[in-house]
Amino acid sequence: MKTRIRTLSLLLGSLGLASAPALAQEEPTLGLSVSTLNNPFFVTLVEGATIAANEGGAELLVLDAQDNPSTEAANLEDLIAQGVDAILINPTDADAVVPSVLAANDAGIPVFTVDRSSAAGAVVAHVASDNVAGGRLAGEFLCEQLGGTGEVVELEGIAGTSAARDRGAGFNAYLAEECPGVEVVARQPANFNRAEGLTVFENILTSTGPVDGVFAHNDEMVLGAIEATRAASDVSVEDIVFVGFDAVDDARAAVAEGSLAATVAQQPALIGALGVEAALAYLEGESVRESVPVDLQLVTE
Amino acid sequence: MNASAHTAPRETRGRLLERFGLLLCLLLLVLVLSLVTDRFLTVDNLTNVVRQSSINAIIAVGVMLVILTRGIDLSVGSVLAFSSVFGTTWLTQGGVPVPVAILLSVGAGVVLGLTSGALVAYLRIPPFIATLGMMTFARGAALAYTQGQPVSGLAGGYRWAGAGELLGVPVPIVLLALVYLLGYLLLEHTGPGRSIRAIGDNPEAARWSGLPVRRVQLLVYGISGGLAALAGVILAGRLNSAQPTAGVFYELDAIAAVVVGGTSFAGGKGSLSGTLIGALLIASINNGMNLLNFPADLQAIAKGAVIILALLLYRQLRRTRPGRAVRAPTPNENPEPHPS
Repeated sequence: MKTRIRTLSLLLGSLGLASAPALAQEEPTLGLSVSTLNNPFFVTLVEGATIAANEGGAELLVLDAQDNPSTEAANLEDLIAQGVDAILINPTDADAVVPSVLAANDAGIPVFTVDRSSAAGAVVAHVASDNVAGGRLAGEFLCEQLGGTGEVVELEGIAGTSAARDRGAGFNAYLAEECPGVEVVARQPANFNRAEGLTVFENILTSTGPVDGVFAHNDEMVLGAIEATRAASDVSVEDIVFVGFDAVDDARAAVAEGSLAATVAQQPALIGALGVEAALAYLEGESVRESVPVDLQLVTE
Repeated sequence: MNASAHTAPRETRGRLLERFGLLLCLLLLVLVLSLVTDRFLTVDNLTNVVRQSSINAIIAVGVMLVILTRGIDLSVGSVLAFSSVFGTTWLTQGGVPVPVAILLSVGAGVVLGLTSGALVAYLRIPPFIATLGMMTFARGAALAYTQGQPVSGLAGGYRWAGAGELLGVPVPIVLLALVYLLGYLLLEHTGPGRSIRAIGDNPEAARWSGLPVRRVQLLVYGISGGLAALAGVILAGRLNSAQPTAGVFYELDAIAAVVVGGTSFAGGKGSLSGTLIGALLIASINNGMNLLNFPADLQAIAKGAVIILALLLYRQLRRTRPGRAVRAPTPNENPEPHPS
């Protein structure tokens, strides 16, 4: 089976070389398998990748897995069969993509993962948002808004998830290193959930009294905390600086309305572009970092 | 129905222990929390605890009625999600008035509940499977109906159901009291209500004695769906948003409240007051851990441990009654399991 795929790809590869030898040398072909184009986030990611490929003089084949692992597997089979020079995968699922990554490994095609990773197989580089940097960004903003002193609350995501761990680590590291005047008076899990953000923040307001700021590991929790504050009699939303993470639609609306001070947004276009750049650099023979962190940005208006 | 029914004083003492044993657990927890943090025993915080427990406590009434008939309802969390996005979508996009939107929500919950009930009562699908199917179906329906997006920007009247006050009492607490009052009247003072326990106690005997077993099953699942939807109205009002992903694992919280509250999985036995205390116990644990700033990883451990300890302590208290084990079968009860 494996040998058959390899022979097929070699065959197709040589056909490609035979038909357009000059092009194949000058213009590398990259394949990008994206989990879904039904989500604006990934549409933007593909746009960023396309622009980077044009600038880098590469051809980019984009295939949509429609959030379906079996469609994804078929798409990747096609890319391997076409003998593309490198494959960028934005997996639908970290485990389901493994056989396809192994097949690409067998065919000798370098694999790069973007935004989501693969559970196994040889991957040259993984390009994704740097949640630690995002947490630092939130800490910096909160520190600035509070003028360097105040009491804040951290609403944590589901314990054990990388997003919760990294966002919290970045936030707390920034406060500890750069902003000793801001103290985290309560640090409680609300599991990325709006309803829990509401009840947990209600409880925290009772135990600590009015606080100056809130950082939540995602927007859902911070939106719940804002509702808790609205319902409370002794504090008002204007007195607390709320910072969320993810920039979902409801959070952007809350930022526009003024109840949410800021939310940390990923930059999907940059993720796509850096993925393509990493692949092209690798094909040029340059060394590429195994993990390419992508900066996040604050949405404040 | 009880073996010790003829020994009246002992029975009364046992009943007292049964009822107040659980209350004792709650008071013990309240005492401990009051000792370790001075923030717990305040009017504001206790209002918080009751308001926070209202959603689970209301769902738990429906789940308890179902468990009393030897059934189970796993679909409540998903039914809550679907009915709340359904009603609020009519509010925000259909432009219907708030009371109509709330009625549409509760109506959707009742319809989904009756569907589960019909599957159980008439098509003889085991309750676990029927409601597991409904749980998956309603969750999918909620996600499909909203394309995964929350329904936000609810009208003020809708928020009142979750965040408003009636004569100084938070509306969720008023609704909680109302549900328990109506539940009590149903269980103790109506024909169908009284037959709920009889059916769970002995379905075969209930059928032979001419009780409308199927209609009562339909009724309890319908009530369960309707109450889950009512809890969804409160939740959406509190959050100012209805979410298709709301209510995940709420069925487990409700079952925990019901079982901690002393209702037997074998059906027929259980009280509303126990369920309410069970829900308050769970809400107090969550509230206390927030007040004490418990770290995330320890919260789940503590919650699980306290639930199990409360059950053990409660059972121990009931065991101290002379002459009767906790779940001893009554002499005239068929020891073989009954199909239900």
